[in-house]
Amino acid sequence: MQQSVIEVNHLYKAYQTAAGDFPVLKDVNLQVLAGDYVAIMGPSGSGKSTFMNILGCLDMPTAGNYVLDGYAVATMAADQVAKVRNQTIGFVFQGFNLLARASLLDNVALPLVYAGVSKEARHARASLLLEKVGLSKHMHSHPNQISGGQQQRVAIARALVNQPRLILADEPTGNLDSTTSEEIMAIFDGLNQEGITIVLVTHETDIAEHAKRQVRFLDGRIVQDTGAVASTVIGHDHV
Amino acid sequence: MFSAMLGEAWHAMGANRLRTFLTMLGMVIGVGAVVLMMAIGQGAEASVKRSISAMGSHLFVVLSGPPRMGGARTATGNAPSLNVRDANAIGELYGVVGVAPVTMGKGQVVYASNNWNTDIIGTTAEYMDIRGWGLSAGYPFSTSDTRSATRVALLGKTVVQNLFGEEDDVDPIGKTIRINQRPFVVLGVLDSKGQTLDGRDQDDTIIVPLTTAQRKLFGNQLPGTVRQIMVQAESDNVMSMVEDALNSLLNQRHNIREGADSDFSVRNLTAIANSAAETARTMSLLLGAIASVSLLVGGIGIMNIMLVSVTERTREIGIRMAIGARERDILMQFLLEAIMISIVGCLIGIVIGVTGAVLVSVFTQAEVIVSSASVLIAFSVAASIGVFFGFYPARKAARLNPIEALRYQ
Repeated sequence: MQQSVIEVNHLYKAYQTAAGDFPVLKDVNLQVLAGDYVAIMGPSGSGKSTFMNILGCLDMPTAGNYVLDGYAVATMAADQVAKVRNQTIGFVFQGFNLLARASLLDNVALPLVYAGVSKEARHARASLLLEKVGLSKHMHSHPNQISGGQQQRVAIARALVNQPRLILADEPTGNLDSTTSEEIMAIFDGLNQEGITIVLVTHETDIAEHAKRQVRFLDGRIVQDTGAVASTVIGHDHV
Repeated sequence: MFSAMLGEAWHAMGANRLRTFLTMLGMVIGVGAVVLMMAIGQGAEASVKRSISAMGSHLFVVLSGPPRMGGARTATGNAPSLNVRDANAIGELYGVVGVAPVTMGKGQVVYASNNWNTDIIGTTAEYMDIRGWGLSAGYPFSTSDTRSATRVALLGKTVVQNLFGEEDDVDPIGKTIRINQRPFVVLGVLDSKGQTLDGRDQDDTIIVPLTTAQRKLFGNQLPGTVRQIMVQAESDNVMSMVEDALNSLLNQRHNIREGADSDFSVRNLTAIANSAAETARTMSLLLGAIASVSLLVGGIGIMNIMLVSVTERTREIGIRMAIGARERDILMQFLLEAIMISIVGCLIGIVIGVTGAVLVSVFTQAEVIVSSASVLIAFSVAASIGVFFGFYPARKAARLNPIEALRYQ
């Protein structure tokens, strides 16, 4: 039986403003099985970014359950959440978010620092991943010396360095031209074929078509899901 | 992981060199000032302490007088009311370990074509022990010299220099000099004692046996009288007891009724010296305290820059949190940076402080002491300042909301 990596039930999120609570997510339900490849789409303000932040354990829901890889995130202590971000999830951002002062090698190796890996092992693993994304020649360069597409490859290498089960990508091609976007998406496709679960946010349909499944948000709700897991399948031993 | 963090802190320091340097400067000046001020203070304290030990420890001096002469009192020491028998009686008191009756005057000293006017001290052999005064050459005189009033003399260094010349080409031991026209054989040369607290040259002196001074140098007003009696107590603890005993013994011996004016006075030399040492110590503390204020200012400078740095690097903090940094990792990163700035600043400050102390001692001849304790104190204070003033900015960084930090432009 296929294991579910993400399971979200009746999720609500509201921001408190001066004018009262402002709801962003209203009763969101989603199950993502291991090996799935999901594109989340929707207009800006539809709540898809907030949803990604919650999936990435950067934000907490106001109400509802989020179970990630068998663990109820809401009940975790801060240090455990940090560990989940470090080991279970790999993040890829629209703006790459590399450390400008560090070399590409150190950027890729950074998550391993927080995992407590020794220096030699860090560098060995990081250079392996830089090679995988085709940047081993530049490993001692700095992020401002390479192109946007190359920076995003470094970010992907960084996301992969701790061998996560899940890659979360928030508009990974948003800052790239269409050719480079295709190259980046090819990397994601390859990773998914290796068995890594991928959830990405995009508003471009041609990008979303790389995914096996498209989920559309509107006004804080899921309005369309091309690959919803049938309720009969949710018979697993988690929760 | 810790070494990785140290490396990052070092990198961060190097990222904005001018700013790091200026921040450090506060620490450098603070630590430099503390080290230098403590060196000067401790030097002053040490030189006072040396003056005290040059004088001898646990000392009383009993002076004769003040007598009344038709209603007007004369200076103490003028009327010879004390005598050698008083000194012997004092020697019997419990807690007294040494007694030396002293008479003194001025004398004109001649050797070959040189002459010099100096203080002549007539006393017993015990005087040298009480004052802790040794000889750099020759021998001290003995009790038999005192008994038979032999014409022997111990010369202070200043006297030797004036009579025998600055160079050591003439050995004064065994030479015959004339004091007030009378021949004296030089038995020994006194150790150099330097100046007293009030600047008097203690080496400008000649010591002769008491009886010799009484009978052969200063004539004689009343046989056996002395100007003063030096008394050494056994320890600090018995000082006040000995002082009371001295007063009652001498009142009794001099037939002075209760309530009447004494014809002698007892002075506690150690107390006077201790108060001078206390003053020096207070000054040393005061200097240190003033210098510490600059350390504090340096610490505030570090805090200020760390707050700026946290704000500037908000996005970086967000990235680190997103890839798995725990709160304490972020806290440690910024704390290490603050500590590193203060410790490096402190090391430079110590070098500058020590150099300054050496320069001060070279140019002013004042005594300065750089003790390892003062360096250690400055170092640990600086490190704690790094922790103290680095903690708030570091905690601020650690408590950032990751989403807001990631969105920060």
